[in-house]
Amino acid sequence: MVQADHTHGLDHELPILTSTVEKIVNWARQSAIWPAQFGLACCAIEMMAMVASRYDVARFGAEVFRGSPRQSDLMIVAGRLSRKMAPAMRRVYDQMPEPKWVISMGACASVGGVFDNYAIVQGVDQVVPVDVFVPGCPPRPESLIYGIVQLQQKIARSRI
Amino acid sequence: MDAQAIIDSLSPLVPGAVFEAAPSVDFTTVYVSGEHLVATCQALRDSLNFETLVEVTAADYLPRAPRYEVVYHLLSVSKRLRLRLKVRVANDGTLATVQGVYPGAGWLEREVWDMFGIVFDGHNDLRRLLMPEDWEGHPQRKDYPVQIQKAAQTYAPLEVSQEQFRANLERDRVKRTH
Amino acid sequence: MSEIRTETMTVNMGPQHPSTHGVLRLVMELDGEVVQSVIPTIGYLHTGIEKTAEQKKWQQVIPLVERMDYLAAQSNSLSYALSVEKLLGLEMPQRVKDIRVLIAELQRIASHLIWIGTHGLEIGAVSMLFYAVRERELLLNINELIAGFRFFPSYIRIGGLREDLPRGFHAQVTEFLDRFPAKIDEFEGLLTKNDVYRRRTEGVGVISKEHAYAWGLVGPIARAGGSDYDVRKYFPYSGYETYDFKVPTATEGDVYARYRVRVAEMRESVKLAREALSRISPTGAWACDDTRVVPPPKDKVYSEMEALIQHFLIYSQGFTVPAGEAYVPVEGPRGEHGCYVVSDGSNRPWRVKMRAPSFMAIQALPTVVQGGLIADVVAVIGSTDVVMGDCDR
Repeated sequence: MVQADHTHGLDHELPILTSTVEKIVNWARQSAIWPAQFGLACCAIEMMAMVASRYDVARFGAEVFRGSPRQSDLMIVAGRLSRKMAPAMRRVYDQMPEPKWVISMGACASVGGVFDNYAIVQGVDQVVPVDVFVPGCPPRPESLIYGIVQLQQKIARSRI
Repeated sequence: MDAQAIIDSLSPLVPGAVFEAAPSVDFTTVYVSGEHLVATCQALRDSLNFETLVEVTAADYLPRAPRYEVVYHLLSVSKRLRLRLKVRVANDGTLATVQGVYPGAGWLEREVWDMFGIVFDGHNDLRRLLMPEDWEGHPQRKDYPVQIQKAAQTYAPLEVSQEQFRANLERDRVKRTH
Repeated sequence: MSEIRTETMTVNMGPQHPSTHGVLRLVMELDGEVVQSVIPTIGYLHTGIEKTAEQKKWQQVIPLVERMDYLAAQSNSLSYALSVEKLLGLEMPQRVKDIRVLIAELQRIASHLIWIGTHGLEIGAVSMLFYAVRERELLLNINELIAGFRFFPSYIRIGGLREDLPRGFHAQVTEFLDRFPAKIDEFEGLLTKNDVYRRRTEGVGVISKEHAYAWGLVGPIARAGGSDYDVRKYFPYSGYETYDFKVPTATEGDVYARYRVRVAEMRESVKLAREALSRISPTGAWACDDTRVVPPPKDKVYSEMEALIQHFLIYSQGFTVPAGEAYVPVEGPRGEHGCYVVSDGSNRPWRVKMRAPSFMAIQALPTVVQGGLIADVVAVIGSTDVVMGDCDR
């Protein structure tokens, strides 16, 4: 795994303080990711199961699923995206404030899944930029939690 | 009740209609012609106790002519009977709506128009239901492709124009009177 | 003093909204809090499953059809399998029928659990969701035991089932059925006599029997208005005529009546499931005898030539179904669920159309909520138990 190069190759010039601030900010961002509710289809039920008591995702920081996109950091696209829904989804994504991330949950959101036809967008990365793809139909709640943990590690590696 | 019994009880109620019994493996199936469809449904609901319309659907039998068959599934709760009415519709043909008899047919007929392109005369709201409003083509026809190459549309125009939006803002601005 | 200006306000609810059960868009015309009119827009989850199914072979359609009504997946596949078996003229052995009844009733309980969880969540009783999903996890464990997959087991196939029941099935189902009635009492303790819940749901969203029939609503919605139509009693399938069960009804037709009907249905399902389980032997027939449709057991495939050829034919070109059409409805958790199947005699379906009870429920929604408050719209949608996957297909 490639470590992020905080120093730009300029060891002697970059202040230590900034890299520590970056670490702290990334740690804060990754530990309290609040998803926006964007359950579309069957994967939404597995997302609900993930929130419930058996696979409790609140232990990973996703304490509340916000109803409004304006108060959330993460959009978990759970389910198949139809062509009619694509503009609405783009608008919801645009309403989220920076920094924001997208997890594409399930086969239908990632590549169109079982439905290779006129009605389904073959992969939501045609509409929004995706950070983590979680395969499955639907993915088990443990898979989705693994996806969220991967996202947390990605945030830890990122620059502010 | 087999097909002949239903036809015998319907013929006096809908004069001039020609019914044709069809073979079926599950329940009674009767072909009716398009002009007498609404009268038949009215008679079935009022006199023969078929209270509920369960489904309206269509099938495309390209390259046979007439191309479409519109299928109505009716249910009589009090008599424990089901009935299937079928109407043959030609390409670019139209059919009268049964919304006046069974209100539940409204969206079902809209879906048949959306998917097959069969127009229902007298329908109060015949526009796209499952596909986007500006979609072209009728997807479930046999000559419509299953897979299409089309970029996802990510921009939906506002349903209010710019001038109207500004006018609404101006109108709703609270005016102080003192 | 400025004039008080009154006019209606147009509010858009959805398609992304926490309480619309999926992607449903409602454009509401409001006079203060009172709803003047509601225009629902559906189609945001349209998946073209019916068109895709025309490209697949008969057995390959089962996973597609299961993903339509994703909360009651196996009632979808049961209705499709029954319709195709009607066209093929196949008769199932008694053990297969009993297992299908058991699966259907467990599926009904699972769907009603999600219904009560989300309905409580929207009304405000948030803890309902956690209680209900906890019980549903046990049912998903049973699904996982029989087919290895929580949600869409594809266990019901044309010609019977996919394979025999695994070891430990009886013990796990018995354990669930023994513990569940006490849990229903817990759920009722949370909601049934709860004053806040009753005031939000009594008298709200009344759908009478005639209104339900006019709009094509048959199922728990009609039964809460006084109808006793239940497909399991009126047009029995898969051996239901040999079981002894009641169909719960109510007369008021409001949201509270629909709640009571569904909770009573959960109790009846437990009794049905227990009776079905007692009739199932741990091992035995899991499919009918027709070798054109049912693949032979794997050990025979590896040792006998005929079985190998049969296996190859079924999985490469599939079986053909005689030309004709069939519609066999089942009593799904939402109402009458049926699959209209048309065959042209080849190894692919010509037309597959699923009758969607949620479609009819949303169509009737504007007439039900008119004159009520916005909060009632949410309660009514929750009580009609709509699933957008079923509605849009």
